Amino acid sequence: MIRLEKRTAPSRFWTYAAPLLAVVLTMVCGALLFAALGKDPFETIRTIFWDPLFSEFSWYYRPQLLIKAAPLVLIAIGLSFGFRAGVWNIGAEGQYILGAICGAAVGLAFYPTESPFIFPLMVMAGALGGWAWAMIPGFLRVRFGTNEILVSLMLVYVAQSLLASMALGALRNPDASGFPGSRNLARYPSATSWINESAGLHWGVVFALIAVIFAYITLSRHIFGFHVRLSGQSPRAARFAGVNPGLLVLICMAISGALAGLAGLFEVAGPSGLISIDFNAGYGFTAIIVAFLGRLHPVGILLAAGLMALTYIGGEIAQSNLRLPAAAIQVLQGMLLFFLLAVDVLTHYRIRLTARGVA
Amino acid sequence: MKFKKLLAGTGIALALATGAFAQDKTTVGFVYVGPVGDGGWTYEHDKGRQAVEAHFGDAVETVFVESVPEGPDAERVITQMALQGADLIFTTSFGYMDATINVAERFPDVKFEHATGYKTADNVAIYNARFYEGRAIQGHIAGQMTQSNIVGYIGSYPIPEVIQGINSAFIHAREVNPDVEFRVVWAYTWFDPAKEAEAATVLIEQGADVILQHTDSTAPQAAAQAAGNVVTFGQASDMSEFAPFPRVSSIIDDWAPYYVARTQAVIDGTWESSDTWDGIPQGMVSIGEITEAVPAEVKASAEAMIEAIRAGEYHPFTGPLNRQDGSVWLAEGETASDGDLLGMNFYVEGLTGDIPQ
Repeated sequence: MIRLEKRTAPSRFWTYAAPLLAVVLTMVCGALLFAALGKDPFETIRTIFWDPLFSEFSWYYRPQLLIKAAPLVLIAIGLSFGFRAGVWNIGAEGQYILGAICGAAVGLAFYPTESPFIFPLMVMAGALGGWAWAMIPGFLRVRFGTNEILVSLMLVYVAQSLLASMALGALRNPDASGFPGSRNLARYPSATSWINESAGLHWGVVFALIAVIFAYITLSRHIFGFHVRLSGQSPRAARFAGVNPGLLVLICMAISGALAGLAGLFEVAGPSGLISIDFNAGYGFTAIIVAFLGRLHPVGILLAAGLMALTYIGGEIAQSNLRLPAAAIQVLQGMLLFFLLAVDVLTHYRIRLTARGVA
Repeated sequence: MKFKKLLAGTGIALALATGAFAQDKTTVGFVYVGPVGDGGWTYEHDKGRQAVEAHFGDAVETVFVESVPEGPDAERVITQMALQGADLIFTTSFGYMDATINVAERFPDVKFEHATGYKTADNVAIYNARFYEGRAIQGHIAGQMTQSNIVGYIGSYPIPEVIQGINSAFIHAREVNPDVEFRVVWAYTWFDPAKEAEAATVLIEQGADVILQHTDSTAPQAAAQAAGNVVTFGQASDMSEFAPFPRVSSIIDDWAPYYVARTQAVIDGTWESSDTWDGIPQGMVSIGEITEAVPAEVKASAEAMIEAIRAGEYHPFTGPLNRQDGSVWLAEGETASDGDLLGMNFYVEGLTGDIPQ
């Protein structure tokens, strides 16, 4: 007979061991799935988790990991503040789009002038765009008590329509003879976010690392980080400690919105290059998984984003080399979150084996 | 001891296998925007890939990656294929254009073929099909099948290729039915069954009893089937599982001959960058069976139109045709130039609504 017994405090050991166990379980079940599909399970697991880092072509894949992970880290770090405080911003995807639109608009407005001030202005515009979009659900929650989950999510669809209209209208490349999409910012030296393209290094990677350090210090050393954690654990106690709940909601939304906006700006001015109708590739939603996979801890998020990037890139290699269907990779990514949540039980509960059931 | 031997054996076998892969075979890669099971656009490209495998047997190896988003992910997938030794890579969606050009710059020895775009390079060819020829047939049938005189159209993106289709279908529907009107819904996706079904439902609720689609899944067909009395056409693929009703005919893309010919050119070393735009006459576009749900005389006149296009006697865009604002586009007897069609960003006279700007 197995019994679950609630721990008085979350287990320190399992807090760290649970994600690792989840990864191992995902690999094992993933291997079983691949075997059931008629693929060599060892080769498949090796292709997904090992080849991007250490194979013959890793010189190309390693920089790609940075490119794929950077926006995930930036967005997930921002989300982690709110998630810790019980502020559920699900619409990072929309804030990411708005950041890209605003930043790109500033860059395109200066085209083709060259100046060292253009890129910093774009960065500010990107952060502001994401911030403003996040302020809508934030303000509505504080002022009218609306549910920020719904409002922020719905605003993603509004943002997508806005993106489409920008790609077709205001920001359309006038030299593209009627085809949608803006000019390529990656080819505009004053506006590009690339530092070194072949090394996968762009300003988004730099900002992602800064965000990790900043978040770590804020959460562990600063009074604001204490308020955030306290609000999540016990809103009542937080109020006694002098936390203004409305202000906290706004600050959390502001941080996540601005960081998502920055992620969008760095993406549009670098790896993506242009505003197109379907510029957004779901980073805002994947970052939610990354935030939880990383236990809402800055360093954890860094590792989790790396792991997600690995499954994406390794997954593509497995598709083309081993003919693995794309859906199998998505199942693998789903398993990762599933096992993490399942294994979480061990952090909060103790498993007791009792000899006999109690009548 | 035994274990070591076994290891060594596998090692040699692996080395041999990869060696053979790298040297003897020509490798052809395909990048798909949807899943191979979409039943439409990607499904037909994958049939083309299978035809290449069947035609060349062991001389050619094909690789593919499905559901690749248009954008930076596409660039990585294409690069990956080039790195792994592909000799020829087909990128099969409009949104892969810049990615294809970027990767081609870095791999001058690899040949690239981009579908439906307009940018070429020494090692990048483009190819497309004249879908508007098939749209003319659809419009001709749709105009006579509608009872409500409202035809719904699910647009993917407002790009020239899609606008050509809307105009062509509308011109030929109006020709046989002066009262017909088109309602266009933009889905902003090539493949998203949920969105496509939603778009179809919206159109049906607005009174449309014929649905034309420029998206890749069979979801609109299923929505029409559920509604009961709504006519549809297969898009990109025959979608014959919905025949004889609601699917009364279809536009079928046949990429196989082109893929086989281009692969052969790479094997022979005669491959050159080119710009191919083929239609019904060359067989790249064909019309799926017109079912018994269509009245015999309509079917006969539709088939006559197919023959006229095949023989080169009829161009679907033949004047007199005016633009939506009433200005003259084509004079009596004049036909549209390819340049006009490739940059088409206006509706013809009679269509209501605006192209999203």
